[in-house]
Amino acid sequence: MDELLDILSELHPDVNFEEEDALIDDEILDSFDIVTLVTEIGERMDVTIGAKDITPENFNSADALYDLIERIREEEG
Amino acid sequence: MNIVQYLNRTVGSFPEKQAFTDGNHGLTFRELFDASRRGASFLCGKNLIKKPVVVFMKKSPEEVAAFFAVLYSGNHYVPIDEEMPKRRIELILENVKTGIIICDETTIDTARAFKDESEKVLWGDLIKKDVDEAALNKAVERTGGSDPAYVLFTSGSTGIPKGVACSHASVMNYAEVLSETLGITENTRFGEQAPLYFDASLKEILCTIKTGATTVLIPRELFKTPVPLMEFINKEKINTLCWVVSALTFVSAFGTLELIKPEWVKTITFVGEIFPVKQFELWRKAMPGVRMFNLYGPTECTGVSTFFEIPADYEVKDAIPIGKPFKGTEVFLMGDDGRTVGEGETGEICIGGKGVALGYYNDPERTAASFVYKENKEGSRERIYKTGDLGRLDENGDLIFVSRKDYQIKHMGHRIELGEIEADVSRIEGIRLCACTHSKETGKITLFYVGDPDKAALTKELKLSLQRYMLPNRIVKLESMPFTATGKIDRKKLNEEDN
Repeated sequence: MDELLDILSELHPDVNFEEEDALIDDEILDSFDIVTLVTEIGERMDVTIGAKDITPENFNSADALYDLIERIREEEG
Repeated sequence: MNIVQYLNRTVGSFPEKQAFTDGNHGLTFRELFDASRRGASFLCGKNLIKKPVVVFMKKSPEEVAAFFAVLYSGNHYVPIDEEMPKRRIELILENVKTGIIICDETTIDTARAFKDESEKVLWGDLIKKDVDEAALNKAVERTGGSDPAYVLFTSGSTGIPKGVACSHASVMNYAEVLSETLGITENTRFGEQAPLYFDASLKEILCTIKTGATTVLIPRELFKTPVPLMEFINKEKINTLCWVVSALTFVSAFGTLELIKPEWVKTITFVGEIFPVKQFELWRKAMPGVRMFNLYGPTECTGVSTFFEIPADYEVKDAIPIGKPFKGTEVFLMGDDGRTVGEGETGEICIGGKGVALGYYNDPERTAASFVYKENKEGSRERIYKTGDLGRLDENGDLIFVSRKDYQIKHMGHRIELGEIEADVSRIEGIRLCACTHSKETGKITLFYVGDPDKAALTKELKLSLQRYMLPNRIVKLESMPFTATGKIDRKKLNEEDN
């Protein structure tokens, strides 16, 4: 989780990612942020997020995103 | 000469055909024609002649109608948008000094808080006006080919945005050559991606007016979710995509095309920056038989100036060429001595011909620096635009983009002067030094600074003045700035640090 929070706060140092729960709905993250996020998560956390997982529900909060990462890790075993 | 002539003609051929839609709500050519002319009659009643009229509306078929209302009234439109930070809007309003701002319900409250003295009017009120046939005829007749049709604002290195004014003659020529080259007809269904204050959107708007095509304005939020975006494109039977590279990459980078493909798409054009070969190949592999074009050109030349249609068997080596000029456009490469460079040599890409803009609005100094005169073969003087891009010709005579001459970069399809970001950072209290770098490999903008504010406070301030695509992707606070022997900020060293 710390690694993910690091990635997020590098993107937007002014956002409190532990509290925000509408990152997509409130337009805090834009499409370039999403490309960056997925790339960074791939490189630094070794988890590949695919197109079908890129939904507002999965990206609206750091918690939701972390749950997604955990799910992918479990699936990949 | 007025671009509305095209709409006058098209409405006769396809009155009940959908012109612009957002997927839920649309305007037919008849409705667009009618609304624009009602709006124009309102503006004529205000006695505005050849004046800038600001349009501040959300991206919608009505926004396009408002543009055409301004054009029918013989004035020129200046789009602003809620995505723009307050300071940028203020600078634009200071430059154009408009008498009137056309708003919709979503923007009127914001507009009323602007400090300028213009009248704020609702689009809904404009179209209540009856059409004043005589006034409109007079306004259109009065429009000359060299009168401006619009002013679009783009990044300026001093922190003051530049307003590019393009004439009716340029815009009409653009509509004609672009639809001819890309094969646009009434059967085309565009999936429009860019915001309408950005010149990339002119491709769809102008070709639609010219040919009777249909433009589907894709809701912005879909560019955050690649699968629903593709579903929307299929549902709307979109067959033509003229997108910036970063939007195409957004789809291909996550393996979207393996899950869902745009079923109806027959033509794809891309523009704005160099298409990473890997992403281009993903599209090509997924979409065999689709015509693909690489387009190139600055806002200062009405959008795009050159094109390269990529042959199916074309092997991409380093970069896809930007090709050859459109009909009516002339491109040459200028060396440091002001002359055309020799064969195969690199020079500054200079553009002449019908697309060259009138200049920067109310800014003779910056206009004179970039729009210059050149003697042509017949001995007469021709106005050209110096792009600041370096290019060379390959063995087939196709133009290859090499790099920029200065600190202007392309980021997410938008053109950004790193100097503009630096100028805005410097304005913040407690900042002593700053410099921005842009990594070609990652496409990221990094800001280095020395000063008191922490990164969070700095970002918060910057969001008030910079458009979101201009915000640095990474911020690094330094104890001291590295300098070169000659006393300049050592950008090379910062770049190394960045990588």
